[in-house]
Amino acid sequence: MSLALAAPAPVEPFALRIGHAYAAPAALLLALIYIVPVSVLIWLSLTDYTLGAVDIRFLGLDNFSRALADPVFRRSITNTFAYVAIVLPGGVLLGLGAALLVHRRIRSRSLWEVIYFLPVTSTLIAMATVWQFLLHPRLGPVREITLALGLGEVAFLSDPALVLPTLAAIGIWQLVGFNMILFLAGLSAIPRDLYEAAALDGASGGIDRFFRVTWPQLGPTTMFVTVTTSITAFKVFDTVRVLTEGGPAGASEVLLYVIYLEGFQYFRIGYAAALTLIFLAFILAFSILQAAALDRRIHY
Amino acid sequence: MLGRIVALVVLGLGGAVMLLPFVWMVLTSFRPAAAVFEGFGASAFIGFENYARALTTAPLLRFMLNGVIVCAGILVVQLAVAIPAAYALAKLPFRGRGLLFGLVLAALCIPIQVPALPLYLGLAHTGLLDTYFAMMFPFFLSVFAIFLFRQFFKSFPDEIIQAARLDGVGEFEIVWRFVVPAALPAIAAFSIFSIVAHWNDLYWPLIVITETRLAPPPLGMLYFRDAETGSNYGALMAGATIITAPLVLAFLVARRRFIEGITMTGLK
Repeated sequence: MSLALAAPAPVEPFALRIGHAYAAPAALLLALIYIVPVSVLIWLSLTDYTLGAVDIRFLGLDNFSRALADPVFRRSITNTFAYVAIVLPGGVLLGLGAALLVHRRIRSRSLWEVIYFLPVTSTLIAMATVWQFLLHPRLGPVREITLALGLGEVAFLSDPALVLPTLAAIGIWQLVGFNMILFLAGLSAIPRDLYEAAALDGASGGIDRFFRVTWPQLGPTTMFVTVTTSITAFKVFDTVRVLTEGGPAGASEVLLYVIYLEGFQYFRIGYAAALTLIFLAFILAFSILQAAALDRRIHY
Repeated sequence: MLGRIVALVVLGLGGAVMLLPFVWMVLTSFRPAAAVFEGFGASAFIGFENYARALTTAPLLRFMLNGVIVCAGILVVQLAVAIPAAYALAKLPFRGRGLLFGLVLAALCIPIQVPALPLYLGLAHTGLLDTYFAMMFPFFLSVFAIFLFRQFFKSFPDEIIQAARLDGVGEFEIVWRFVVPAALPAIAAFSIFSIVAHWNDLYWPLIVITETRLAPPPLGMLYFRDAETGSNYGALMAGATIITAPLVLAFLVARRRFIEGITMTGLK
């Protein structure tokens, strides 16, 4: 994307003034929704403000050092990254696999697209409730499968070792279709003759073709999907709030959920502000990667 | 041939996992509470009893009306603010244009959870918590819409704008009669993205809304779950079906546009 100015055509003075008028509402809202709140957030993070407190003390960076030593916060970081570490490869590889299979279906392609994309549009809160029912150790239909496999009753959402992988599986279920569509777009953009050229070069089997042509050509798409999936997974909140509330025993407490509790349940505003800024630092790191990926995708 | 069969079987199994929750939800919503945990027999269908129960236990239709009000309000203001701003950034020279665009790009990286705390305090101080306005305000500005529309408007030919100006057509008319119709696919895609995002959003309503009568669908679903305490899965699944239905039906009707809209705007 180029930031170059548009060709400077001769413009009436009226049009000059109208530029400001047209941009003004957006500029005002930008200030009210982003600039002022983020500035206030930074200031709050340096204080001990709690909702309703009469006097506010300036703490410097104490909130941040407290956060780094806080076992709850540290655990939430670990949990969040563990969640990302499952959703990222699962969501990207399954999305790619589905796209490769769907891409070759000519007549049934749109049917598969609808089926795989359905979870993306559906309200996650409602579907999470359905999943909870499906996975219920005594009442859900998945019980039949675990019993048949000789695993007995599996408490997917109340076993500390299983809760994060289970939430991650629901997360993957929701975004596979999204990634599949992005990969399908990438696959359609690969020129046919590259495959013919590879065939002349002696690439025979499907696997050979995949690694010689498809995978390198999909590079920018894969990069983009990887970063998008990471950000989505990093912001996991809904399923945690609805299904586990961080439990059992904090095993599914993730970053956004801890920030939500500190800020909007315990009203320790100063501390929550510091946690939010740490959250923002992670998001910005991902976003820089995303901007780079997007740039490559557009130019490609 | 064998590869084709394997591919279809794998796709079919994956598709079954994708559809399982939907199928289970709808099937359960039509069954009596006692039969939910037994096999499926012919007697299992009890019609719309669970739906009646769900609709009387919680004001589900009210939640959906709230969702419509909030989504519509957000979208109208988003378009009214973003279209002129994007046009100014694309076609009108003005002082501060580079700065504004830089800020738009920076804001693209900031999710709602970051300004949420100060916005909450601001709304609390002005007594605006528990209002539709509180639910909509942070989303009135979509920096993504500005970014997207600017890309489209830039490719609109300058010659047409010049010719229209020479003919004495006002700038306002140029935007809404010439430029906007040309960018209609982008506007439609963004609209679908915006509606899906805000219909399904839980985080922000959870923070600013405590009154049941104002809850949008996801928050309403949360209240409804608590009210049902998991005892009546039939009614719970009927409720989930009601809340999921509008977007799913809209998706099935406008499949192409939905997929375009949500993936084109995938960088949220």
